[in-house]
Amino acid sequence: MTTKNTRSFSEFAKHVYKHQEWEYPKFFKMDRLSKLTFLTSEIVLNSIPISSRDKERMAVVFSNKSASLDTDKVYQDSINSIEHFYPSPAVFVYTLPNIGMGEVCIKNKIQGENAFFVFDEFNPLFLKQYAESLANNQKAKHILCGWTEIGEKGYNSFLYLASQKGTLPYTEETIKKLYTQS
Amino acid sequence: MQQPVYIQEGSVITPLGFTIADNISAIEKSQSAIQEQNKTEILDTPFYAAMIDSEKIDTTFKSLDDASKYMKLEKMMLLSVAETLKKSTLTISDKTALIVATTKGSIDALNTDNPFPEKRAYLSVLAKTIQSFFGFKQEPIVVSNACVSGILAVAVAKRLIQNNICDNAVVVAGDLVSKFTVTGFNTFQALSDGPCKPYSKYRNGISIGEAAASVIVSKEKKTSSIQILGDGSCNDANHISGPSRTGEGLYKSIKSAMLEANVVSNEIDLISAHGTATIYNDEMEAIAFNRAHLQDVPLHSLKGTYGHTLGASGLLEAIIGFEAMKRNTLFPSLGYDESGISKPLHIIKEVKNKSISTFLKTASGFGGSNTAVLFKN
Repeated sequence: MTTKNTRSFSEFAKHVYKHQEWEYPKFFKMDRLSKLTFLTSEIVLNSIPISSRDKERMAVVFSNKSASLDTDKVYQDSINSIEHFYPSPAVFVYTLPNIGMGEVCIKNKIQGENAFFVFDEFNPLFLKQYAESLANNQKAKHILCGWTEIGEKGYNSFLYLASQKGTLPYTEETIKKLYTQS
Repeated sequence: MQQPVYIQEGSVITPLGFTIADNISAIEKSQSAIQEQNKTEILDTPFYAAMIDSEKIDTTFKSLDDASKYMKLEKMMLLSVAETLKKSTLTISDKTALIVATTKGSIDALNTDNPFPEKRAYLSVLAKTIQSFFGFKQEPIVVSNACVSGILAVAVAKRLIQNNICDNAVVVAGDLVSKFTVTGFNTFQALSDGPCKPYSKYRNGISIGEAAASVIVSKEKKTSSIQILGDGSCNDANHISGPSRTGEGLYKSIKSAMLEANVVSNEIDLISAHGTATIYNDEMEAIAFNRAHLQDVPLHSLKGTYGHTLGASGLLEAIIGFEAMKRNTLFPSLGYDESGISKPLHIIKEVKNKSISTFLKTASGFGGSNTAVLFKN
């Protein structure tokens, strides 16, 4: 899901949510990065038939460039001056990049391996290597991987499911190609 | 059977000292780094936290570079990596990874009165500062997974080495006591009104701390190396800021590590738990450890010693655990008095000699994250 249009993120997120006809009111409490992560994950997971047992053991490996800085700045604005000091726990809780991953796990009852990584740019080689390491070390059979970023240059999210049974060969080239097409 | 992976040299930068020897000497005397702080630039009321004197950092940093060029966390992490590399014979090669673990990085760069540019708050900028300082050839890998980051980074290093993605890795973890985190936990009403008291009946929240810690993880065994036997990092899938009532993710992480390590519960000699001293976290851990039949294993939380050093805590506390193994000594869980958890745990009250061969480190964090790693001396 890559969008470089000028429409605001909130408007876009609401549009996708309504279009998909989901019923998950918690969505509206999330920060922007979690919303983006959640939307993309739902689209990927809803398009793949997978048992709830397999889902429970699924691993999640997400990455981005700006961590949670999008919400960190909102929180920082609330503590910058004594006159306008209004820090909120509802904002603070989202000032970690892995919270969106937690939201995805809650929604889908995923209790497998979790890790959030930060790189300067999309890193298909690392995603491939780490997912393969999890599979080789018997930690997971299905791995939801990708990139979910909100930063100065807009928002950009690309997730895929890596499995032992799949439709495409799991190479850096495949991941790169899918990312470029998305 | 996966290739064995070892922890070689390590170092810590904490309020109790900049060498492992100084830290152990303080721990053996049951000293705590947590103090009342009157720092209105952070919080308008006094609060309890474990902080490192900035002047001490700058004085020590002079041996490396001009202190005014770097932010506080950068200096702490650079000092730790420099110390670890100095002790080791490691040559940084194309197959040496740099893994940086942090929750908030140099978040103080967002403060309006901070002289450094805002871009220093990017975790990749922090990581690249460390990379270029020491000449690491690979792009650094940043692990930012809430309060399990530091120990998860050790598991990541092991997995990458076992899969021939690198031969060795320098893992460095660090986090600061900042206006951002202190006001945040304060607004959550999660700050203790005195030094935190893990597992105590009288516990009422966390004390924040700051630290940096680093280790070399390698497939090469040395005489004093500690082997990483197994690991697991599972999500609770329960709540973004509250732990599972059944300790699900922590239990699953421990079981995953034990299965990989082929270790049963009565073979574990020491647990360094997360023990933040919030009501819910400590209770959750008691349930998870009992489910894993680990209630009789001597256990401590070092949060009463160092405060909660966020993303650094897992690695810092693991390094203290390695020293416990090397010295066959149990270190106490400061702040513990009467039990305030519903299930029994064997909490270490004083320094004691005991043969320690297998050691379990655990951590839990926001977003439902949990990590467990088993080590062997």
